[in-house]
Amino acid sequence: MPIKVENLSKIFGKKTKEATRLLDEGYSKEDILEKTGCTVGVNRATFEVEEGEVFVIMGLSGSGKSTLVRLLNRLIEPTEGSVEIDGQNLATMNKEDLREIRRTKMSMVFQRFALFPFRSVRENAEFGLEIQGMEKEERSQKAEEALELVGLGGYVEQLPSQLSGGMQQRVGLARALANDPEVLLMDEAFSALDPLIRKDMQDELLDLQEKMQKTIVFITHDLDEALRIGDRIALMKDGSIVQIGSPEEILTNPANDYVEKFVEDVDRSKVLTAEHIMKRPETVDYDKHGPRVALERMREQGLSSIFVTDRSRNLKGYVTADEARQARESGIEKLSEIMKTEVPTVDKDTQIQDIFNIIHDSPVPVAVTEDGKLRGIIVRGAVIAALADGNEVDADDA
Amino acid sequence: MLDNIPQIPVAEWIDDGVDNITDWFSFIFNPIQDGFGWLLDTSAEYLAMVPPFIIIILVALIAFFLSGKKFGLAAFSIVGLIFIHNQELWEQLMFTFTLVFYASLISVIVGIPFGILMSKSNIAQNIITPVLDFMQTMPAFVYLIPAVAFFGIGMVPGVFASFVFATPPVVRFTNLGIRQVSDELVEASDAFGTTGSQKLFKVELPMAKTTIMAGVNQTVMLSLSMVVIASMIGAPGLGRDVLSALQRAEAGTGFVAGFGIVILAIIIDRFTQSLNKGK
Repeated sequence: MPIKVENLSKIFGKKTKEATRLLDEGYSKEDILEKTGCTVGVNRATFEVEEGEVFVIMGLSGSGKSTLVRLLNRLIEPTEGSVEIDGQNLATMNKEDLREIRRTKMSMVFQRFALFPFRSVRENAEFGLEIQGMEKEERSQKAEEALELVGLGGYVEQLPSQLSGGMQQRVGLARALANDPEVLLMDEAFSALDPLIRKDMQDELLDLQEKMQKTIVFITHDLDEALRIGDRIALMKDGSIVQIGSPEEILTNPANDYVEKFVEDVDRSKVLTAEHIMKRPETVDYDKHGPRVALERMREQGLSSIFVTDRSRNLKGYVTADEARQARESGIEKLSEIMKTEVPTVDKDTQIQDIFNIIHDSPVPVAVTEDGKLRGIIVRGAVIAALADGNEVDADDA
Repeated sequence: MLDNIPQIPVAEWIDDGVDNITDWFSFIFNPIQDGFGWLLDTSAEYLAMVPPFIIIILVALIAFFLSGKKFGLAAFSIVGLIFIHNQELWEQLMFTFTLVFYASLISVIVGIPFGILMSKSNIAQNIITPVLDFMQTMPAFVYLIPAVAFFGIGMVPGVFASFVFATPPVVRFTNLGIRQVSDELVEASDAFGTTGSQKLFKVELPMAKTTIMAGVNQTVMLSLSMVVIASMIGAPGLGRDVLSALQRAEAGTGFVAGFGIVILAIIIDRFTQSLNKGK
């Protein structure tokens, strides 16, 4: 467990003791502000981040998410609670140990990039290594590798001001990656970028994550972004975490009105996956069954085609009713001789918007598979129904 | 009613204070007066021994490259310096320059650390700020009096008075420059695990450089103005010509020496400013 956070609180102000007591007694943020003049930044946050997970903390501005991420590397001193990283409690450790953790185990990417304007791109990427006292040649090489990774190999000698916003944030990312940290803290890392660049950066982060398998804590106020990149999402309101769950859980099962309001106008097509709209498939087994059985099943279900699998439900192809009838008349016994093997297939995690194009051109329903095994089928109507279901946003967007 | 309050003998107290300091610290003041006085004299004399045309060419070359290979400042330097030489003020110019150079060097060397201290500690800032205000608002002439008590007459007390008068800007600007470094950059530095001195030298001072250099420029210009005043306590240089012209009511001589100061001021000002612009 790379990060384990327990009862982590931050109260800004002078009378933190009294405010903590009131908080424990269940007073609200407003009451505490009125009684003590203290602001509750983060209210007893408890969560764990798995290794290699993209953990998104999302909330509106003022919800305490930026404070929370700064408590994780103690840029802000916690009032209470613990942050465990590899079994060490960051909240209570001495300055030297904390510095060591910051140097080797966690790096941060900032909203407005926080690049050093007087340093070249390479020197920026080198910063963390330079701080550790690494030799110039070695750190230059590592920095260039990191820059290569984010696609900035050709810009090492430029100054940050010569780059576009998206490229500057790539430098920020390279600077964080050059240290080869276990944990990446990304504070609204893409929020300052314009929407198209932001999408690119999200994709790129996901690609990188595929290769690197870092533990990422990603802060954002943008639900679309959270749903896109998060393995799990923690929703914050007034300093408290109101729900933690996978994107689907948050969307389909909001913990309270606040979360529901939040997710109400999400573009559902981006979140629902094939798994949500597939139906149980009718199949025939090409080892056991011939054209007769296939025809019979199609007749029963009112289908014009049927998927063919082997005994362990690995998808092999499909046959249409017409071909099955011809085969029966000409006495062909084996389905493998008449079936078509070019099946439109999607993985069970495919998002609906991506299914849309596939199903549009397909004569048969789309097969949903998991590791080659047939899990379900999707008919055209199901996609449209899913998009229409409680989703007026699409119409607005169009 | 106010007349009933007896006069507080502040002046006497300060006199006693200055006397006492002069006595107590004479073991420091005397060697400074001798050693530093020797350094100033020798520097100025050596400088005056260099053929003027070499200095003029050097200054013009530096001006040319500092101003980004433009001819304006270089041309001005050549004409200005030739004018000073023509008016037979060259040796005075060398003395004035030496004084300004050492006075501002000391101001900067002492001022920047104090500025850093102020930026790091609010307590230090609260203590130092009123001291700086005092140093800057007290009429510059007043510093000449204890300066003479401490260091006799000549160049050394001039440098001392100039130090007191000219140091505040570089302290203030250093403090301001470091405090102006954006929170995000400071956070970035902390997040990568910098120690206090790594943060200072790798992030804060480079970020504050422009502001600090603006302070250095101010300090150098104030030193120049003070060095001229310091001729009243026997510091040699262009100021002395102005002073003697004043005493004899010779407007012409006064203005000529004044032009010399103006030319030197412009050259020094443009030089320190273009250092700041960098590339």
